[in-house]
Amino acid sequence: MALVDSDLTRDLVRARIQGRQSDAAGAAFKGILVACLVTVLAALVALLISVAPAGLDVFSTRGLSDFLLRPFSVRPDKAGVYQGTVGTVTSAVLVAVIAFPMGVAAAVYLEEYASDNWFTRLVNLVIRNLAGVPAIVYGLLGFALFVNGPFSSLTGGTTLLSTGLTLAILVLPIVVITSAEAIRAVPASLREGGYGVGATRWEVTRTLVLPNAMGGMLTGTILALARALGEAAPLFFMGAKTSIFSGGDWFDLRGDFTALPMIISDWSTRPATKWNGNTQAAILVTLVLVLGINTVGIVLRNHFDKKR
Amino acid sequence: MSGGASTTTAEPGPVPPVYRTEDLAVFYGSFKAVRDVNLEIRQNEITAFIGPSGCGKSTVLRCFNRMNDLIESARVEGRLTYHGVDLYDRAVNPVEVRRRIGMVFQKPNPFPKSIYENIAYGPRLAGLARKGPEMDEIVENSLRAAALWDEVKDRLKASAFGLSGGQQQRLCIARALAVGPEVLLMDEPCSALDPIATGRIEDLMQQIKQDYTIIIVTHNMQQAARVSDHCAFFTTEVSEESDTRTGVLVEFDATQQMFSNPSDERTENYVTGRFG
Repeated sequence: MALVDSDLTRDLVRARIQGRQSDAAGAAFKGILVACLVTVLAALVALLISVAPAGLDVFSTRGLSDFLLRPFSVRPDKAGVYQGTVGTVTSAVLVAVIAFPMGVAAAVYLEEYASDNWFTRLVNLVIRNLAGVPAIVYGLLGFALFVNGPFSSLTGGTTLLSTGLTLAILVLPIVVITSAEAIRAVPASLREGGYGVGATRWEVTRTLVLPNAMGGMLTGTILALARALGEAAPLFFMGAKTSIFSGGDWFDLRGDFTALPMIISDWSTRPATKWNGNTQAAILVTLVLVLGINTVGIVLRNHFDKKR
Repeated sequence: MSGGASTTTAEPGPVPPVYRTEDLAVFYGSFKAVRDVNLEIRQNEITAFIGPSGCGKSTVLRCFNRMNDLIESARVEGRLTYHGVDLYDRAVNPVEVRRRIGMVFQKPNPFPKSIYENIAYGPRLAGLARKGPEMDEIVENSLRAAALWDEVKDRLKASAFGLSGGQQQRLCIARALAVGPEVLLMDEPCSALDPIATGRIEDLMQQIKQDYTIIIVTHNMQQAARVSDHCAFFTTEVSEESDTRTGVLVEFDATQQMFSNPSDERTENYVTGRFG
């Protein structure tokens, strides 16, 4: 009797838990997610397909180093992106050195020091809006401040220094926002532990909050940096060169300069097909550079996350 | 360290109290979290704060080392004296207060550092030692005091996160002891621990109370009965005009007295398990 009962129970339970319910909504949702991902990847693949063949052709016929190490020339088969690469990398360093400490300091103030009142809430709102202001507006601001304005004697006018400062202002809102978010993600219990043994606010910030937020702050900064380096709009106002000039060497902060987005923008408007190939090649160089900067960001984040 | 370690009478002892509160009340903004707190904390005793959730016992505890300062809207009324000094006097530096009055929190919160660095953190900031044998000694003594030394002495450089929950909480106690405090505030230190780890923390409290004055907030009445010399029972009262809950100190007495013969009906209901 008992045996029959347990057999019956087993069959009933099996019938209940082995059935497969259809989950149409779940399947549709998953389908939409995959479709979105494919669209994003397709855009990247399309970019690479349209750019890579002509660009790689330039590299193979002239040699990669020839294209990378030659300065501007009026002849397309002699023109290289050396000065542009130098300008872009140098301005990247400038932006990082200026925007990271300032942005982190502002974020630390907003998150750890400022009291929560209407003023700090207004400041937060303004920063969020500044992050959405178009790059060309920052270009105009940089022109008014650094190229032609009160700081022009310091920057030397149309120079890399002006560019670095302008791009730093461009990325500052994003650096502040991402740093503030990284700081907010540090658990309150960690701060309490520090205060509990008699640490001051500054000591808690320096020894507990900043080391634990460092990974997030660096990631945000580097992503913003990579984005800013691709901007051509501000470069128009900074006087980036598009024709032969002397200089443009490493850390020539106050001389004539150019940068990769400016070169791409200029070469793409030239009629000769050879310039077309050069444009694609310059785009490839820019992509690899941005990829490299992002990789540095990921490596740094992993390094700081591991230390925790 | 002598004195009324085993005293369980409610009358004022010969040693002046470490803390005394007079009509202490704490507000968060306009919300009155707890009021009418009148009690004395004696040296080398364990005092337990018990009561249902939201009765303000943790809030009161966090006044005792000015931890409430971290909450911007928190405000204190009445008087809270530490060895006769008003803790909320303008001239008092909360950082100095917290060096003398250590705190252990509800959830173990070790720093994301090595076991050694967790202990060395406080003494280094306080300038007690920088590194080398001096610091080694502080670390060893603190870990020994927290009954953790034998378990971790071979892996001081390992991350504190590798320890079990109970070990982490003892590490946090060792971290608090490392700066040489006089008082240890414990905010439900065993609520995240299993019974064995809880037992070890309770044993530890009995061991260290000859050197420290301990205040413990606990949800666990048996724990309060087991470990404490004096006991404060808090409960919540609903205000009629504003319909808000405010914590209030109902009874403060020797633990034995409180559990065997409470003077307030609400205390009796709570300790006999009829509510809360």
